[in-house]
Amino acid sequence: MSTLDTIPKTKKEALVEILLRLADDRIVHGHRLSEWAGHGPELEEDLALANVALDMIGHASSLYSYAAELEGKEDEDHYAYFRDDIEFKNIAMLELPRGDFAFTIARQFLFSAFSYFLYEKLIETTDDEQFKGMLSKHLKEIKYHLRHSREWVLRLGDGTEESHKRMQEAFNEIWMYTGELFDLDDADQVAIEHKVYVDVSTFHDQWKNLVHETIEEGTLTVPDSEQYMFSGARKGRHTEHLGRLLAEMQFLRRSYPDATWK
Amino acid sequence: MAVKQPISKATIWSWLEEVIDPEIPVLNVVEMGIVRDVVMDEDPIVIKITPTYSGCPAMNAIEMEIHKKMREKGVHSFKVVTDFKESWTTDWMTEEAKQKLKEYGIAPPEKTEEEGDFLTGLKNSQKIVPCPHCDSLETKLQSEFGSTACKSQYYCHGCEQPFEHFKCI
Ligand SMILES: [Zn+2]
Repeated sequence: MSTLDTIPKTKKEALVEILLRLADDRIVHGHRLSEWAGHGPELEEDLALANVALDMIGHASSLYSYAAELEGKEDEDHYAYFRDDIEFKNIAMLELPRGDFAFTIARQFLFSAFSYFLYEKLIETTDDEQFKGMLSKHLKEIKYHLRHSREWVLRLGDGTEESHKRMQEAFNEIWMYTGELFDLDDADQVAIEHKVYVDVSTFHDQWKNLVHETIEEGTLTVPDSEQYMFSGARKGRHTEHLGRLLAEMQFLRRSYPDATWK
Repeated sequence: MAVKQPISKATIWSWLEEVIDPEIPVLNVVEMGIVRDVVMDEDPIVIKITPTYSGCPAMNAIEMEIHKKMREKGVHSFKVVTDFKESWTTDWMTEEAKQKLKEYGIAPPEKTEEEGDFLTGLKNSQKIVPCPHCDSLETKLQSEFGSTACKSQYYCHGCEQPFEHFKCI
């Protein structure tokens, strides 16, 4: 199933593809957030980022488990630890280095806002009970993430000269990676037909409104959306950063495949 | 099945009450609302559990503890299944559980309610959480994220002590 450019046909195949896309986004994002452990700007924030990272990895883990169940694989570890970068289906925005705190916040805000609208629509749409249950559970936590990152955008944007400058630079830098959030490809289309995904363009305006309002409320400027937008990561065309991230994340498990916690 | 006498469902539930939540050692997994169902129609017995927070590292430990408990009681034909169909809410915690939490020093969750505009977070920062130590209402939210995914941090102006609040979800 992980072969490149294989278009799913059945509902099951389509669901597996969507589960893996969602899970890959979340494990990569969670890994980047976890890099902040012990480096947060203050203790509360250190804990907050570690918590959000854990949630992300938790979401990924349950999505992978369901994919494993559907594909008859032994467990979810195969997906996380034994695939190479070209097989990962996450969008590029999430694999970029963590940058400074403002960059991490910009990314978390844009992605949480997207996840929030996506999950709301998906829960409404899908008739797969297990999938729906997972999403409903995750949505509760996504609301916390969204509120948390949104508050930081406002605080840093409307803060000191330095924090304002950094927050603006963060949005400028990440903007060309936001296009990919709303890309729709053949696999998505099949999934939409089978009601295991939704047409993301239906909530593009809601996302845009929330993002623009927040950026402007933070006295910042919304970057130009007509600029060149990166795309292709879901099909394996990643930036150079994913390989390094995976090398770190997968090293232990690949070097000692039978290692267990004592 | 290794057990000769048929075991009743109630017995299994009572055994499960002996399994403690590793992160909140005063609560068991039944009063936490983690165990959702015990199905005995067929062999093996199925114990359905639901994760509290998805990032909760205690879930694996809880599952292992349930296995250990069942084997200790001589039951070997059973499986523990994580059920995602319903999503766990703090409303499933029993009143006794909430009281025990308070005595343990953690402000218990209130009943969940429809959030207004969750984004502005007004409801949350205006919500009054009484201090579990001195019952003072002069408390302040410090951070929505605490030492574990399920807790937020508060500060009490009454007794000048920090405390944790079990988030409502
Ligand atoms: Zn007090």
